[in-house]
Amino acid sequence: MWVKSGLLPLLFSYLLALVLTIMPIPSVLEPWRPDWVSLVLLYWLIAIPHRVGFGTVLVMGLLTDILMGSTFGIYAIALVVMAYPALRHFQRIRNYSLTQQLIIVAVLILMKRVIVYELEHVLNDAVFNLPYLYPVLSSAIIWPWLFLILRRYRRRYLIR
Amino acid sequence: MKSLFEHGPSLRTRLLLALIVAGALMFLDHRLQTMQPVRSFLSTATAPVQYLAVLPEEVMDRLVYLATTRSALREDNQRLRDELLGLQMAVQRLNFLENENARLRQLLGSEVRAASRRMAAEVVSVATDPFSHQVVINKGYQSGVYEGQPVLDNRGIVGQVVSVARNTARVLLISDQSHAISLRAERNDIRVIAQGTGSLTQLELNFIPHSAELQEGDVLVSSGLGGVFPEGYPVAEINLINRDERLQYAQVFVTPYAQLDRVRTLLLLWPANAQEQPIFEEDMEASEVNDVG
Repeated sequence: MWVKSGLLPLLFSYLLALVLTIMPIPSVLEPWRPDWVSLVLLYWLIAIPHRVGFGTVLVMGLLTDILMGSTFGIYAIALVVMAYPALRHFQRIRNYSLTQQLIIVAVLILMKRVIVYELEHVLNDAVFNLPYLYPVLSSAIIWPWLFLILRRYRRRYLIR
Repeated sequence: MKSLFEHGPSLRTRLLLALIVAGALMFLDHRLQTMQPVRSFLSTATAPVQYLAVLPEEVMDRLVYLATTRSALREDNQRLRDELLGLQMAVQRLNFLENENARLRQLLGSEVRAASRRMAAEVVSVATDPFSHQVVINKGYQSGVYEGQPVLDNRGIVGQVVSVARNTARVLLISDQSHAISLRAERNDIRVIAQGTGSLTQLELNFIPHSAELQEGDVLVSSGLGGVFPEGYPVAEINLINRDERLQYAQVFVTPYAQLDRVRTLLLLWPANAQEQPIFEEDMEASEVNDVG
């Protein structure tokens, strides 16, 4: 069977993102936990869009739904909607400076979280509280480092 | 390098397709509730991710345990012995009271309360979604866990099981926004309903008239109504009452006894009237042996 180069490292990065999403951390840091799944997906969507597309995003969304125990499809829809602008404009976003990318990532993650909230609100009568949006900030702050680490990771394991 | 737009349907079509798939799954799950078997299967399949997530913590605990000195262990042992002695003395008294209670209930002609069975479980992961307060525990239907089972910690009621996989189960905490529990004030038997607010340290009592005889500091225990939670376990303490006459009802906030933000070891309870039975590991091994023999 012919496996594209760097398939295992790619899958490993997804697994790591999922593990970090549900890993227990001190309750003080809990509201600030970065949105790992969105961040990692965004990086791969921008870096190798011919390989990582809506299919991957959908599967990751459903896995997140299972791990979070939310209604099937909530995270999937939010992530798919978030992936669209990234896939549409990947060439432009790639060439932005890290600061500009950071702003775009923040906006995309804000959008994703707002969609998740709206769906939860409609389906399960969720009530909004501000700490839900803290991860937008922490994710944006962590983006430049994540970008650099994942770029090195991609080059090291020849994921293309 | 291949360009994105060379072949296959356009980006917008694919977006639409992905949205339709996700939307259909959501409809199936939420409106028709037909996804329970799929959900159970996928939870079993993703259980390794959950075990992986707690691995660093377990390794850390193990290292700390290995690093404890002999004298510290000895001190610990001594302390536990003393504690055990105290508890054993309390249990003697409890046994006596239980027997007396059963006799009195028989005299009154009401049903005697049978003892419930329990099993300890470890928390393997917490759902970080602020809209749903859930934890995942390391016991599943293999151990006899069932949906709607009450879960406690050493201080009070924590929540109930909402979905069960093979080796894991998902527990909805009492602080979840969609969870409400029927309680009764220990002091004067006023029945109240405590609804989760989405905060781990606060629940709210619904529909309390301004004249209700509740005080700050009152202890609320489970009422046993509703059939999920057994009667008489401590749940929360009233910490704030706002009797603002402009509001239709008094605002009452209560603090749960269970430490919902740092749950680690939980207790699964099989009430006496439950049809399911706990299956302990020894039993499992024994039954396997029997199967072989």
